Amino acid sequence: MSLQAQPISTGSDWTFDLIERYEAEIRVCAGEFGLDTYPNQIEVITSEQMLDAYASTGLPIGYQHWSYGKQFIANEQSYRKGQQGLAYEIVINSNPCIAYLMEENSMMMQALVIAHASYGHNSFFKGNYLFRQWTHADGILDYLNFARRYVMDCEERYGVIAVEETLDSCHALMNQGVHRYRRPAPLSAKAELERIDARREHARMRYNDLWRTVPGAAAIASSGAQGVFPAEPEENILYFVEKYSPKLEPWQREIVRIVRKLAQYFYPQGQTKVMNEGWATFWHYTLLNRLYDKGLVTDGFMVEFLQSHTNVVTQRGFDERGYSGMNPYALGFAMMQDLRRICEHPEPEDRRWFPDIAGGDWMKVLDFAMRNFKDESFIGQYLSPKLIREFHLFAVADHQSNSHLEIDSIHDDAGYARVRRLLAEQNKRDTILPDIQVSRYERDGDRSLVLQHQRLRDRALDTAEAREVLRHLARLWGFRVKLEAVNETGRVLDYLECVP
Amino acid sequence: MINLIDRRLNGRNKSAANRERFLRRYKEQIRRSVQDMVTERSITDMERGGEVSIPARDIAEPQFHMGPGGDRERVHPGNREFQKGDAIARPESGGGGAGGSQPGSGESVDDFVFSLSRDEFLDLFFDDLELPRLLRTSLGQAKRHKWTNAGFVSEGAPCNLSVSRTLKTALGRRIALSGQVRRQIDQTERRLELALLAQESDEAIRTSVANEARAAAEAGRIIAPSRDIDAPATFEASEASKVLTAELDRLRDRLRRVPFLDELDLRYRNRVAVPAPVSRAVMFCLMDVSASMDEARKDLAKRFFTLLYLFLTRKYERVELVFIRHTDNAEEVDEKTFFNDPKSGGTVVYTALELAHQVATERYGGGDWNVYLAQASDGDAFGADAGKSARFLADCLLPLARYFAYIEVRSADDRRASSLWAGYEALDADNFAMRHVGERSEIYPVFRELFSKEAA
Repeated sequence: MSLQAQPISTGSDWTFDLIERYEAEIRVCAGEFGLDTYPNQIEVITSEQMLDAYASTGLPIGYQHWSYGKQFIANEQSYRKGQQGLAYEIVINSNPCIAYLMEENSMMMQALVIAHASYGHNSFFKGNYLFRQWTHADGILDYLNFARRYVMDCEERYGVIAVEETLDSCHALMNQGVHRYRRPAPLSAKAELERIDARREHARMRYNDLWRTVPGAAAIASSGAQGVFPAEPEENILYFVEKYSPKLEPWQREIVRIVRKLAQYFYPQGQTKVMNEGWATFWHYTLLNRLYDKGLVTDGFMVEFLQSHTNVVTQRGFDERGYSGMNPYALGFAMMQDLRRICEHPEPEDRRWFPDIAGGDWMKVLDFAMRNFKDESFIGQYLSPKLIREFHLFAVADHQSNSHLEIDSIHDDAGYARVRRLLAEQNKRDTILPDIQVSRYERDGDRSLVLQHQRLRDRALDTAEAREVLRHLARLWGFRVKLEAVNETGRVLDYLECVP
Repeated sequence: MINLIDRRLNGRNKSAANRERFLRRYKEQIRRSVQDMVTERSITDMERGGEVSIPARDIAEPQFHMGPGGDRERVHPGNREFQKGDAIARPESGGGGAGGSQPGSGESVDDFVFSLSRDEFLDLFFDDLELPRLLRTSLGQAKRHKWTNAGFVSEGAPCNLSVSRTLKTALGRRIALSGQVRRQIDQTERRLELALLAQESDEAIRTSVANEARAAAEAGRIIAPSRDIDAPATFEASEASKVLTAELDRLRDRLRRVPFLDELDLRYRNRVAVPAPVSRAVMFCLMDVSASMDEARKDLAKRFFTLLYLFLTRKYERVELVFIRHTDNAEEVDEKTFFNDPKSGGTVVYTALELAHQVATERYGGGDWNVYLAQASDGDAFGADAGKSARFLADCLLPLARYFAYIEVRSADDRRASSLWAGYEALDADNFAMRHVGERSEIYPVFRELFSKEAA
């Protein structure tokens, strides 16, 4: 290929034709680097539509709920005021992989988004083990359609308010609605419908008017089989509610199920923020630089690109204005770049810390990292001392027995390993979210449900909020609900209770 | 491989339904917020949207979160001077520590603020009553006329001739009438050209051409009979060209006879007189501000005045407001004083009516203004005041006014006739109406009732 190629375009305006040509060139570059992606679907939308898409957690289709309205209003508000620009892109983990381009963007931004979303995120969705294991890109759009229709159908039959209440309660428990260890069955709208029909048919077949006439029908002798149920604690509260709630109507069970499925769909996203964004940012940076090397884009294009790129990967210090924690884009991009550096230009320090990859083939190393890690393990494995120094990372210990905060470790020889471990820990879902599981269901007693919160290092729940959530759970369960806080030894320290 | 789709024309307002659900759910809070806005705003300012704020706590979606306490470590970037083991004072709680990637830590504790559109605002303002669109054209008879364009007609005065429209019609007619002739001319010209070509060819070659043509024709009959060449035509070429020329002349003559401009084409601007309202109105707000009118009653009155104002602004290009408050004497004040400034004293309605009359004749006389009067009071009037007021109203004020509306604000259970009510009850005029209002929800029905007489 010739290095003296003509730039694809010079102005900042985009056309459909240009988008196709840029995409084709980016595709060629992606091929050179061996990116494996789902087929791409690129949709051009307006900023209003982008706001719409935002509100429904980035999904193209969603059931109607006030919380999305709230989200929409909030976004719209800050967008109109100019407090917040719209994100460059929304990309949907589906097959084909759908990415949105905003009409208002310049040609450079469109190319950036194509490289970022349609090649970066797309290949991550296809390759990363969490996404492979937990989501089903093929069925999601179909399933969303089914969910939307089902919820609307329920609203018609049982009233908007009743459906809304059920959804509210489910949303409160969404984080406790995932299986962390079991692979869910593939999503299929058709299978769902068949299952619902079967459930209805079963109820119809079993119906016998005679039962109504049996005197004292309520007094059914209990089986007497005592023992704790469930035998093993259940981590997926929504699943337990769907299966065992004594009071839920069948349609409510279906709604619980829908919310649970969505929660499961988002489960990997929360755990791969640093990696996913880092990977996509790394690739838009690499791919567009490749276009530049080939002479396909102009200097002006690159300057504009670098400006937005730099904005994205800025990490503010803890004492600067606008600091809101680690920026996943900054950290992820830096780590990906650093991996490439370790492979291409290793220093003695890198050889000591990463003997297996220093000086290796960077494409293979990056590909391996992308496929087999999540944020926690990725940071734990690959955060190098050099980056810790560059970011000036330090750890602050906040122990309740100590009246002061204490600097636990900083970016020095003694601290590298510890800072890295703590940062990895900080990105672990299990430390961010409280560990709450269903421990007992008094099936033969008062039908109350007991949850246990395993307190880690004495960290308690936000009581006021927990009480609200319990109220929601009680509404779904229909009987008394109790939340016990237990320490590492299993001793009950505290409890909250809620009666519907 | 790439699938590029333009979705810009797809539905835009996908979130409208969700937004509406949100408003429905938090109607109570929003209404409270609207209430505050109403008291702050002036009447003329009422007809636009507004910012509503809802306490963030009310609309939070609860989830299990870690609270404070316990042991934890956090990693932050940007270390400058810290060394291992340094002790830092614990930051005041409420700041939420130094932020972090925990979900929910980004949520501020501020109120949730957003804007309502004008319609949404008015809906809530009138407690989900429909706005009086129905009545829009029904209030009062318009006395003036305004000339407006009303399309084009084929007859009219020469001064109204629309040249461009006329030429446009003429062009259309010419195209329609001459199309066929033009086509025929084209054909004839082509045939004539061929004929002339044939005629020009040399006499000597003509025979051989004819022979060749005949031979070719015989051969062609087998292969392509359709391409038969009419050999004798060449001999008759000159004859044919004469016929064709004559035909051409005839056609051109026909074309010439299509006139450039015909009487049919003439178009005149059509001007019609439509009844137009007098574009100015003045609205007098009269209110009793004696001690018995408490905040709630004033609020009712304000809503009534606002409704009337909104109503008038839809009908008139310009609406002016005159605020007259009275206790035992009347004074003209600005709006802020009118609604917010307490004043104590007795109640003499007559003074207010007198002042209104004075202002109306001095400043808004001469028939150029539509005068509307709205009076709000709790109905207390002492002694002869009620009778005197009613008489003054009937004799002086009502002839001036397009409409006079009196609302008596009092609690719903208190239905005894007040003295002013009794006085006014005797009035019998088309442009006078009065009603009781006890609650906010009654304002609009009363308003509709008040004006139904004229609407009918």
